[in-house]
Amino acid sequence: MAKMTLEQLRKLREEKKRDIERRETEGKEIRIIVGMGTCGIAAGARVAFDAILAAVERHGIGADVVIAQTGCMGLCHVEPTVEVIVPGMPDTIYGRVDAATATKIVDRHVVARALVNEHIYDRPAADIIRN
Amino acid sequence: MHRDFGDYVLDVVQNAVEAGARNIGLRIVEADGRVEVLVGDDGRGMDRDEISRALDPFHTDGTKHSKRKVGLGLPFMVQAVEAAGGTWGVESEKGKGTTVRFGFPLDHPDAPPVGDLPGLVLSLMAFEGGYELEVSRTRDLPGKSRLEWSACRSELAEAAGGLRDAESLALAKAFLESQEAG
Repeated sequence: MAKMTLEQLRKLREEKKRDIERRETEGKEIRIIVGMGTCGIAAGARVAFDAILAAVERHGIGADVVIAQTGCMGLCHVEPTVEVIVPGMPDTIYGRVDAATATKIVDRHVVARALVNEHIYDRPAADIIRN
Repeated sequence: MHRDFGDYVLDVVQNAVEAGARNIGLRIVEADGRVEVLVGDDGRGMDRDEISRALDPFHTDGTKHSKRKVGLGLPFMVQAVEAAGGTWGVESEKGKGTTVRFGFPLDHPDAPPVGDLPGLVLSLMAFEGGYELEVSRTRDLPGKSRLEWSACRSELAEAAGGLRDAESLALAKAFLESQEAG
């Protein structure tokens, strides 16, 4: 594989743009945020990130889904954690997200608009909320 | 525990992003049977006492989670590097920034695998915020040739269309994979 140049990368992007009409409206985008603090990294958050990216691309919705990383979200006991924000659905934090669960979150929550109930976590770790 | 070399690099760069760095430089060199990393940032920096506390696994600065009593990022790196017969160092100046370096021999039985470098670099560029990240990569290849490439977050974002949406990230990943493949 020859090294791709930035100019070739720009051209690829332009070709993709022609194929898909982007919905750039701020506030209406789908956001998936992966917790990438020490706890997340140690639990395999990079694997979750890769699986999410692959699943979103497989569904052909890559232009409509923002994928970002943040630090520790305070749920170290159930890492890797992933926050999913889909307009019209409750903002949801999923925990224990391995590659298979990451794929399920994209298939079910992002595409089919149904929650993945067994992985929802809404309380931070006990040492954070303890008085 | 972290699994591969990239996990330690990611952790250090995440620290830099969280320390408010606007500019982060990363150098990864694989040569002469060793891998060496240097991460420099212009974040808030630490004084001597803060550096020593950052190396204590049972300390965190409490900025993010005030009751938390563990901070494992740098301690993990130190433990892994020392187990693999490597070296490390942290230099920092309050208000100026921090430089973290570490390296180890690749053939040490306890050396973590290098892992997916293009995937790592993509991840380093995918944190939220407007920081700049310049990556410089060197790797000795079999024979006498040497692979060298560099990537800059703002340039890659401009060319790939933002580095926000999945499509842009996938394009950037293909670009980075082609650099590492030579």
